[in-house]
Amino acid sequence: MAQVEQGALLYHSLCTSCHGEDGASVQGIDFGRGRFKRVASDADFLRLVNQGIPDTTMPAFDLRRREAENLLAFIRSLSETVAHASAAGDAARGRAIVEGKGGCLQCHRIQTKGSRLGPSLTAIGRVRPAARLEQSLLEPDAVVLTDHWFCKAVTRDGTSIEGRRLNEDRGTVQLIDSKERLISLNKADLREYTIIKTSAMPSYKDKLSPDEIRDVVKYLTTLKGLDAPAEASSSVSH
Amino acid sequence: MIRRALLLLALSAITLSAQVPFERLLNAAKEPQNWLTYSGDYQGWRYSSLDQITTANAKDLAVRWVFQARTSEKLQATPLVVDGVMYITEVPNNAYALDAATGQAFWEFNYRPDSARVCCGIVNRGLAILGDTLFMGTLDAHLLAIDAKTGELLWKTKVVEKAEDGYALVHAPLVVKDKVIVGPAGGELGIRGFLAAYDAATGKQVWRFNLVPEPGEPGHETWGGDSWKTGGAPIWLTGSYDPSLNLTYWGVGNPGPDWNGDVRPGDNLYSSSVVALDADTGKLKWHYQFTPHDVWDWDAAQIPVLVDMEWEGRPRKTMLWANRNGFYYALDRATGQFLKATPFVKQTWNVGFDEAGRPIKRIDAEPTVEGNQVYPGVQGGTNWYSPSYSPRTGMFYIPAWEDYYGLYNKFEQEYVPGRQYTGGSPRAAVRGSSGSTNLINTRDQEGGYGVVRAIDAKTGERKWDFEFMDVTDGGVLTTGGDVLFSGNREQYFYAIDARTGAELWKIYLGGNIRSGPITYEVNGTQYVTVASGNSLFTFTLKK
Repeated sequence: MAQVEQGALLYHSLCTSCHGEDGASVQGIDFGRGRFKRVASDADFLRLVNQGIPDTTMPAFDLRRREAENLLAFIRSLSETVAHASAAGDAARGRAIVEGKGGCLQCHRIQTKGSRLGPSLTAIGRVRPAARLEQSLLEPDAVVLTDHWFCKAVTRDGTSIEGRRLNEDRGTVQLIDSKERLISLNKADLREYTIIKTSAMPSYKDKLSPDEIRDVVKYLTTLKGLDAPAEASSSVSH
Repeated sequence: MIRRALLLLALSAITLSAQVPFERLLNAAKEPQNWLTYSGDYQGWRYSSLDQITTANAKDLAVRWVFQARTSEKLQATPLVVDGVMYITEVPNNAYALDAATGQAFWEFNYRPDSARVCCGIVNRGLAILGDTLFMGTLDAHLLAIDAKTGELLWKTKVVEKAEDGYALVHAPLVVKDKVIVGPAGGELGIRGFLAAYDAATGKQVWRFNLVPEPGEPGHETWGGDSWKTGGAPIWLTGSYDPSLNLTYWGVGNPGPDWNGDVRPGDNLYSSSVVALDADTGKLKWHYQFTPHDVWDWDAAQIPVLVDMEWEGRPRKTMLWANRNGFYYALDRATGQFLKATPFVKQTWNVGFDEAGRPIKRIDAEPTVEGNQVYPGVQGGTNWYSPSYSPRTGMFYIPAWEDYYGLYNKFEQEYVPGRQYTGGSPRAAVRGSSGSTNLINTRDQEGGYGVVRAIDAKTGERKWDFEFMDVTDGGVLTTGGDVLFSGNREQYFYAIDARTGAELWKIYLGGNIRSGPITYEVNGTQYVTVASGNSLFTFTLKK
């Protein structure tokens, strides 16, 4: 997983309860607009996270240096997203492209729509800043997380199996294929086996206009996770 | 491997549409290669017709793979197996999809409950499946829907407003048609139990049935004063379902406080009972109370076992039930009519039954301030560990505690939300809790011991016993090969001849066995899986 994504996981588990999803919930601080109170450098940030701020509600977190750097990368990405050209995009138009001519749901899933073959996009806006989303659309091979690698196998009888690699060890590999089957293979029984480290996604550079790319990126940044309509409405006071 | 790939390709027709529609659950017995519900079927039999492993070859069983829980808590779950994929849970509320043939993982799902207050051990007993969705109850009383292909959360519904008052979901949910049915545990914390059904697609509540009736509801009059407000009646285990009657049956736990009944005069419906509810509406069709005004903590936390059989010359839809109170019951499951009850272990609380099937209690069997010796003890003649019914032998197999007594005491206790509310602290010669594992046992059978007891399902007559030194928390599985599988607190897992009780094979697993075994088949090989300690062991015949 890339640094920003690792940082996003930390941010969502440690920081959102006070700072909010967008980093603007504490008065005088707005990560998305690069507004900090006591942090002027990376060193300040790393120190503050591990020491906390006495007499305030900001606690000390026991993070390893690498974790704190990941967290910083994510916090920095929040402001990059705000500043990104896609901020002016139109999410509704982007959604129409994603669900329509972009063909994104043929491989990706958003909420309960689309295929499970590619990585889910349901919460992509929580973990991936706009610039990285744009990069993925224009140059899919630039960064491909190992979680998203595909693989291809040919069994001894010539059956070809291809899908997203879910798990692998010396002797076996587990994958999900385009028919959404969970398949486990024993490598000793394969004639060929290859990990595909490039993206299975085509570049949208020549398929969508710059405005359309901007709209799609804008829409993707709004995807923050499950719609959970049942959460509030179904319980009966007890 | 080649066969395997071909098989997977052949399965594509199933996997392209919804994976496990309701029809597959209804006909689970026709696909013994899978294990689709907590008990393997809607009838609660924990029986599989698979017969590759037989009484002749069970001696050749060997470990095939092991899954170790990521958390240090004990495993009490029964896995599901669907078309070669096993789904297993661990506490607090994590789930995994594994290759059922090798144990390798396809995905993991992690959930951290907040504000969980659990009275009696942190457990999760498993999942339900419908279509491509798995369902899990959580320790903070939420019901979750999880994508069976990816492990992604699909929806999350709060089942109780204030879980911190002691409500937790610990049993595997039951799917009926398009609904998911659950009820909360917490009978030692003064909760007020219920059963509720949720729309499987959206998580919205469809119906709710109060297991402690509120003012205006029938049965409310069985609770003196305000005692209904903390009446207990929890759900610890998955219910059963009869499609021909469209009734779902659930065993209900003890009234609260457990041992001081003085504060809750009356029968305390529907505690320590079985309720039969219309699966579409949640309306009560009938109930039978095994232990009216229970003062011994004898939850009906057992699996309702549904068997059609000839009864006194005519065919009858019966429900068979080995209860914590030490009696084995047969009821008519269409009407709730009491047919018969016979003790299956030593008991000293009951002197018989009236015509309607109401037990006649001994007057001197109640808890006292000093402590009163009564059989069975507080963990009961059996408890939540699954029994099994084999249609081949006509026998009902009970993981039982024999010659086991408790010293039942009582005291006054004020109700404080979220705190223990038991009104007593009974003792026994046997350690009740299965929470930790005994490596050393210096007891003999005095004061209680475990036994897998086979009885004639119709008459309750004892057929054979397989005795242990220590007590047992292990469920029972029977198969078409007439092999019975069970384990125990002595940390062995056994294959036993289901007809004779002869030992066929055993293995020392080094951890208490606290769940029911299952069996399934992948590519022509029969597997048997059981949890022991913090690990899940899977066996096949040696190749």
